[in-house]
Amino acid sequence: MIEKELLKINNLVTSFRINGKYYPAVDGVSLRVKENEVFAIVGESGCGKSALALSIMNLHNPAFTKIEGKIFFKGQDLLKLNLTELNKIRGRDIGMIFQDPLTALNPLMKIGAQIEESLTFHTNLSGKEKQRRAMELLEGVGIENPSLTYDQFPHELSGGMRQRAMISIALACKPSLVIADEPTTALDVTIQAQILDLLKKLQKEIKSGIILITHDLGVVAEMADRVAVMYAGQIVETADVHELFSNPLHPYTRSLMASMPSKASGDTQEDRLHVIQGMVPSLLLQKRDGCRFSPRIPWIASYYHEENPVYHEVRPGHHVLCTCFRHFHFKEERRKSRVIT
Amino acid sequence: MSLLEIKDLKVYYPIRGGILGRTIGYVKAVDGISFTIEEGETLGLVGESGSGKSTTGKAIIGLERITQGRILFAGENITKYVGKNHSPYRRGVQMIFQDVYSSLNPKKRVLDIVAEPLRNFETLTKAEERKRVDELLDIVGLSPETAIKYPHEFSGGQRQRIGIARAIALRPRLIIADEPVSALDLSVQAQVLNYMKDIQQHFKLAYLFISHDLGVVQHMCSNIAIMHRGRFVEQGNKEDIFNNPVHIYTKRLIAAIPDMDPSKREETQVFRDQVSLEYDRNFHKYYTAKNQVYDLKKLSDNHYVALP
Repeated sequence: MIEKELLKINNLVTSFRINGKYYPAVDGVSLRVKENEVFAIVGESGCGKSALALSIMNLHNPAFTKIEGKIFFKGQDLLKLNLTELNKIRGRDIGMIFQDPLTALNPLMKIGAQIEESLTFHTNLSGKEKQRRAMELLEGVGIENPSLTYDQFPHELSGGMRQRAMISIALACKPSLVIADEPTTALDVTIQAQILDLLKKLQKEIKSGIILITHDLGVVAEMADRVAVMYAGQIVETADVHELFSNPLHPYTRSLMASMPSKASGDTQEDRLHVIQGMVPSLLLQKRDGCRFSPRIPWIASYYHEENPVYHEVRPGHHVLCTCFRHFHFKEERRKSRVIT
Repeated sequence: MSLLEIKDLKVYYPIRGGILGRTIGYVKAVDGISFTIEEGETLGLVGESGSGKSTTGKAIIGLERITQGRILFAGENITKYVGKNHSPYRRGVQMIFQDVYSSLNPKKRVLDIVAEPLRNFETLTKAEERKRVDELLDIVGLSPETAIKYPHEFSGGQRQRIGIARAIALRPRLIIADEPVSALDLSVQAQVLNYMKDIQQHFKLAYLFISHDLGVVQHMCSNIAIMHRGRFVEQGNKEDIFNNPVHIYTKRLIAAIPDMDPSKREETQVFRDQVSLEYDRNFHKYYTAKNQVYDLKKLSDNHYVALP
C-alpha cells in the first residue's frame, strides 16, 4: 500500500528580524508527512518546533518574519498563495490545535459559535445543520452533555474540556492535516491520556495526517509513527518511532533520553540523571556552520564532526545529521574506561 | 522523633455570599491529612491540579492560614509560630517555588536575593555576607560574578538554581519544593534534580516534594503520598505505590504514565481500558456517598490506603 504524500517541506528557513538583522529560528528543515500518519517533532523550548508549525500555517507576523523554502501541501506551494487562497485551506484542509486552550479560544464567544465559525467559512450548511454538526463534534470529542457545552463560554469549562472543545474546532471540517502544537502540555496526566486516546481514535476515523509537536518523549512513544528530533533550528535525527527508541543515534537524542527520569533511575541515593553540558545558545549567538551540537559535547574531538553536516541514512528511513554520532560516547563512559585501563 | 509531623491538617476557604458577605460555605482545599517526614527523607506529594497539594505545602510554611490541625517540628508543637517572622521554625523550613519568573524579585540583584534570609536571621559584615553568597552560588554551580546580575539575565534553569541557593542559605532542615522542575526543559530539569539530590546529601536535608509528574517523583522520592480532593488516597514507599497500588485513583494515575517503549502501546492501552472500566464500576467502593475519600487504613507497616 502506497500512502500518498500529504505535506512536503523543502529546505524551510524561517527567520525573525531582531535589531534589523534576520536570524533563522528554523534553519533548513525538510520533511515529509504522509496521509494517515502521526509525525512527531520533538525538541526543547527554543529549538524552533513551534516556529516551524506556525510557518506551515503562515501564522507568523510578516512584518518581522521571513519564510523561505517550499511547503507543498497536496502539491500546492503554501508560501505562494495569497491570503484569500490561504484562508480557504486553513481550517478546512489544515486544522490546528494549540497548546493553551484558554488563550486560543475566544473568551467572548460561546463554544458552539466558535465551532460554527469555521463551518460558516468553509461550508454551505444552514444554521440548523451547523448546530447539529457542532453537537456531533462535541459528542465526538467525548463531551458528555453537548447541548450544555454548546451554550457555555470557555471560562466555564475545565482545562481538559477546553482542549476537547478546541480539538472539535480543529476537526470541524474534517481536515486532512492536523497540526497539534503541544496539545497536552497544560493538562494533568490522566486527562493527557484521555486526550491522546481521543486524538488516536479521531485520526483513525477521518484518516488525517497529524503533525504532533511536543517536548515530551513519553507522548512521542505513545502516539507517533515517525519522529523528527530538532535542535537549534535543525532536524538532527529522523526515524520510525520504534527505531528511534530502540536505536537512538544522534548525540542529542541520546543525551535527551538519558536525562529522562525513569523507573530504574533513582533507586539509590547516588543515582544522578544525565545532564547535557552547557546551554541551548540563544538565537542571536547560534553559530551557523558546522555541527550545532558540538559545543555541548566538547569531549568529542572536533575532527569527528563534519564541516558542513549532511544527513546520513543509517537504515532505510533513519537519517542522522553529522558524522559525530559514530564516535559519540557519554562523558562518564570515558571516565569509566579510563579507570579500567 | 520525626522531623516534621502533620496532624489532621485542614485548610478551608470560606465562600461568602448574600448582601452582608456572610460565610455560606467552605471550599475544603485540604481536608484532614496527617503525615510525617524523617530527617534526610524525601516525601513525594502527588496529585492532579486542584487536589490541594500546593495548599498543603503553603500551609506548612505559613503562606496559607491553617483552619485546623497541628504541626510538630522536631517534636515541638509550632502551629502558632507558623507564618511568624524570625521564629526558629521559619529558619528551619524553606521553600522552592514552581514559577521561577515570579519568585525572584526582578528589581534585586542575585546577591540581595540570596542574602535576604541571611540578613533576616544573622548579623554579618558585608565581606562575610559576600563570602557566604559566593559559597551558596558555588554549591548550585553558578559563578561568583552572577551575584551582581539581575534575575532577567538568567535562563529558567539558572533561576531555579538561584531559588535553591536562597532556600539553603540558612541551612534549613526541611525544604518544601512546590513543582520545582515542572516549568523546565528535560535536560535542565535533570540538572536541577541532580543539584537537589547533591544538596540533600550534603546538608542531610528533608524534602517535601510536591509534583504532578510521577516520573520525577519516582526518581526523587523514597516515600509517596497520593492526594485527591484534599485528602490522601494512598501513602507508602515507592515500591508499594508503583508496583502494588491498591486505590483505584492511584491505579489510574499510574496507568496514565506514558510508556517509553513504543512496542508496548497495545499493552498500555489494554491496561488503561481495564483500569478505566474498574474505575467506573467500582467507584462507590472507593469513595463515600458524598464522593469523598475515606480515612486511611493500614495495609502493612508503611502502606496506607483510603478504604471504607
